[in-house]
Amino acid sequence: MILVSLLFIPILAAILVLFIKNNKLANWTAILLSAFTLLLVLQTLAAPIADFDIAWLPNLNSRFVLHADGLAKILLLLTAISFPSILIATAKNEYKQKNVFLSLLLFTQAGLMGVFLAGDALLFYFFWELALIPVYFLCSIWGGEKRIAITFKFFIYTFLGSLFMLAGILFVNAHTVGHSFSIQSFVHANLTNAQQVTAFALFFIAFAIKMPIFPLHTWQPDAYEQSPTAVTMVMSAVMVKMGLYGILRWLMPLFPFAFMAHTHFVVALSVMGVLYASFIAIRQDDIKRLIAYSSIAHIGLMNAALFTHTQVATQGVLIQLFSHGINVLGLWIVADIIEQQTGTRSMQQMGGLAKKQPTLAILLVGFALANIALPLTNSFVGEFLMFNGLFLFNPWMAALAGVSIVLAAIYTLNMVQKVAYGDISEKINTMQGPNKGAQAVLIVLLILVFITGVYAQPLFDLTADTLKQLFVK
Amino acid sequence: MAFMKILIAFILLWPFVGFLFNGLGRNYWSKKVIAYKATGYIVASFIASIFAFLHVQAHGAVTVHYFDFMNTATLKIPFDFKVDALSSLFLLVITGVGSLIHLYSTAYMKDEAAPHYARYFAYLNLFIFSMLILVLGDNYVVMFIGWEGVGLCSYLLIGYWFTNGNYNYAAKKAFIMNRIGDLGFLLAIFWLIAKLGTVNYSEVLTYERISNLSSFDITGITLLLFVGAMGKSAQIPLFTWLPDAMAGPTPVSALIHAATMVTAGIYMITRSNILFSHSEITQNVIAIIGISTALLAATIAIKQNDIKKVLAYSTVSQLGYMFLGLGVGAYSGAVFHVITHAFFKALLFLGAGSVIHAMHHEQDIRKMGGLKSKLPITHITFLIGCIAIAGVPPFSGFFSKDEILAAAFAKSPIYWVLGVLGAAMTAFYMFRLYATTFLGKFRGSADQENHLHESPAAMTLPLVLLAIASAIAGAIGIPEMMGGHHWLAHQLIPIVGEPVELGLTHSMEWILMAVSVSIALIALIIAISTYIKKTDEEPSTAIGKFFYNKWHIDELYNEAIVLPLNRFAGFLKNVIEKQVIDGAVNGTGKLVQYSARKVRLIQNGQVGYYILFMVIGIILLFVFWFNDLSILRFFSNLNQH
Repeated sequence: MILVSLLFIPILAAILVLFIKNNKLANWTAILLSAFTLLLVLQTLAAPIADFDIAWLPNLNSRFVLHADGLAKILLLLTAISFPSILIATAKNEYKQKNVFLSLLLFTQAGLMGVFLAGDALLFYFFWELALIPVYFLCSIWGGEKRIAITFKFFIYTFLGSLFMLAGILFVNAHTVGHSFSIQSFVHANLTNAQQVTAFALFFIAFAIKMPIFPLHTWQPDAYEQSPTAVTMVMSAVMVKMGLYGILRWLMPLFPFAFMAHTHFVVALSVMGVLYASFIAIRQDDIKRLIAYSSIAHIGLMNAALFTHTQVATQGVLIQLFSHGINVLGLWIVADIIEQQTGTRSMQQMGGLAKKQPTLAILLVGFALANIALPLTNSFVGEFLMFNGLFLFNPWMAALAGVSIVLAAIYTLNMVQKVAYGDISEKINTMQGPNKGAQAVLIVLLILVFITGVYAQPLFDLTADTLKQLFVK
Repeated sequence: MAFMKILIAFILLWPFVGFLFNGLGRNYWSKKVIAYKATGYIVASFIASIFAFLHVQAHGAVTVHYFDFMNTATLKIPFDFKVDALSSLFLLVITGVGSLIHLYSTAYMKDEAAPHYARYFAYLNLFIFSMLILVLGDNYVVMFIGWEGVGLCSYLLIGYWFTNGNYNYAAKKAFIMNRIGDLGFLLAIFWLIAKLGTVNYSEVLTYERISNLSSFDITGITLLLFVGAMGKSAQIPLFTWLPDAMAGPTPVSALIHAATMVTAGIYMITRSNILFSHSEITQNVIAIIGISTALLAATIAIKQNDIKKVLAYSTVSQLGYMFLGLGVGAYSGAVFHVITHAFFKALLFLGAGSVIHAMHHEQDIRKMGGLKSKLPITHITFLIGCIAIAGVPPFSGFFSKDEILAAAFAKSPIYWVLGVLGAAMTAFYMFRLYATTFLGKFRGSADQENHLHESPAAMTLPLVLLAIASAIAGAIGIPEMMGGHHWLAHQLIPIVGEPVELGLTHSMEWILMAVSVSIALIALIIAISTYIKKTDEEPSTAIGKFFYNKWHIDELYNEAIVLPLNRFAGFLKNVIEKQVIDGAVNGTGKLVQYSARKVRLIQNGQVGYYILFMVIGIILLFVFWFNDLSILRFFSNLNQH
């Protein structure tokens, strides 16, 4: 039952908030209910949870199956931490018709929870769309001045991806015993190698767009830049993980032959994308675009790590799924506070934050260090394991991808220098500093960065079952 | 065991507590509280380190396990710490010299506002913490934690005065150059894991394990480790960050950029000496890079006029000596030089700080002169430092440098000749610095002259203690030919093995020593007699300009690496990304938009498009549902052909 409530509490909250006209009350309702979801998720972590399984679309042989293993749990945890954090941190931001805005966000949360829980392919597709549709509306109604064109691009891209995936799902379904959509029957689907490759391609395109992987990435910096920051945070911290999740949950177990046949191609493509995005990040002046390209680089590395098909790198990804979300959330919140209070995203116009708002500057530096995977921050653990796997796969690939840790230091410290150091700029001088809620969220997230960076064992334990399933046959 | 577990935690955690205390309480504590606490924590750590050292002396090495840093099916990296002969020595140097520098800083930084004063000490405490992790770690990953941690603290302290743009650049440069080295280190770690499945010293550094490695593996791993050392210990080609690092407060230069952090590379190679000794190629590379760096930096030091820059290049040069020692297999000699260098270079930097303090932040030695009488304690202690680094017996630098030179001679007389040349230059530039600063007439403004004053006791006490140490520390390594016992070499036997027989007769060693000392003395006398009367003008000769401009290496890096990469990044951003990739995407988008308009499903607006695709999706579903799976057959037929 607890798994169902993880879906229905966000949906309930979304509907409830829709009818609360008082912004403050709507905000509090959303925060409290999402915090309640977090509590429920924390409850699921301790012990294995039985699947939830009822009939859904009997005509289609599709069942409503919710399944929570380590992979699902770590992403549920990330989702459940992200939403209250985002809601608190952006509580003071002004949006027209805020209750609708919040409601759509909460629908997205429900969709995301569903994606990570679905044990049935059609259900998975259903939630995949449920997570995306509210985001289209959020971007196109509440976005920046270029929102229409940007949302259109984003929409075309991801929707095309979804269609490919749907085709892939139907294709595999046709080859299952009794035309079932359950993940078990998909795993045992009777596919020839050539058929595997076709299905693999259909799924992979959807996931690659979602992450995104070079060269399918250009929707992302634009979408991040133009979306309202709360939505950017959801997309960047959680939604991009849908692609990686899809690979772990569907691609690897379903199409082992096709997966192994494409390792070299995908790893090379991803590593190239990592370097490409890192180089572009160096030249960004817009702080949101810088974080966007940095994120593309980090996600690309995770994808490369998955396709090494090594146990150690996969373990790294399982941890990094969570850590990257926390770090990027922190960076976005800081960037949002600066943008809200100075009205600019151009780093040239910033400077002197450390003098004007020392606490915020310290928090920025903290997340910047996590972004460059300094040891004892959370992302070191994940990146270390991922690079280790890359090295086992191909030492030259590891060396090449390793260049990105130098590039990451360059663009991240550039950002810190431009934003935090130097004399107080005109824009920064107008800042009042973060409100208490946002500051508290940042502090909690930063503590999480260091705790999971020093002692990541709980995350290892949490994801052990998934790793075993993928690698111990 | 339980006792050591607590003791090591105690050593490590006190500096960390200090970091938290000052970092979080920076707006609350008075400067007095900050100073007492920050220094007190390091002294506490020092006292604990003495106990740890004594424990090792009595009972041998101890390894303690706290928890696993990473533990996954195929790889286990424990959070283990080890106190043995090598790390216990480093513990004493780090916390000992660290305590003195904290004490010195309490007075040197007293003009800073309390929150910044606290920030400074928080960074300094965090540095000690990271450095202790580096030397105490029992595997390469824990070492790497400290390795990057000290890099971070160095970055934070170089950029301590963060409103100054140049200092920020210097800080960033330091971090990035270190990161390049760190990448080498990391790849070496992965290589070790790939071949041996472990990174624990006790498992990697054994003859049985190493015999499983091919010579290609050993050379590759050791060269990559050495790349890490190049970054941290400022060797060619990754040395240009260290002179710029002088942007930080002077006590920072003393602690981090002279006495401790920059010796991390020497520590790491000494720790892994079994590996390094198995690769002749790597050893030769290290020796050649070491001696080249020593000479290159010495030529630059001769022409610099900034008191801290001279000392910075001197540090690079001395580190080069240590690497020469490592390259020729004189591991205990290199460690010996680390220890003596820690004393005399910390002393020299702190002395320079005292001078700068008295001169109201003037660093140009041409505007000094005659400070001897005004700053008597600083003068005497600085002179001792100069004598020690110049290698004049019986001061400490003589013994450690001579041990390296003797080993170098045994390997190849060319190393020795170049080493002696470097030693002569060292004596020359140090006494040029000394004479220009302290001898002759005062050349600053009258205003400066009136304000000249000796520094307070919190600054002079560390100077005196370090001067004593610089004078007598040679006693821990008096060679047997002088009737000594070489305590240090015996200490390090568990780590680096029995001292290697050099195959030199005692008379030969005496001759080598006499030659190197006399050449250094001649250089010393020339320097004093020249610079007691005059200062250096802007260099006029081509070679002088070349040295003065630091061989134009910064400009070379800028032109050959930084700018091209920047242009490449700009090309990717403005051409490839905007025009090629996004151009293609937008073209496709326009096409879709165009055909959608043709179908007239919508007027405009994205919601309409959404509905369009929703409809497509639904149609797909319905086709599949009602047409008896015909679409699926279509797909599978497609594939079978």
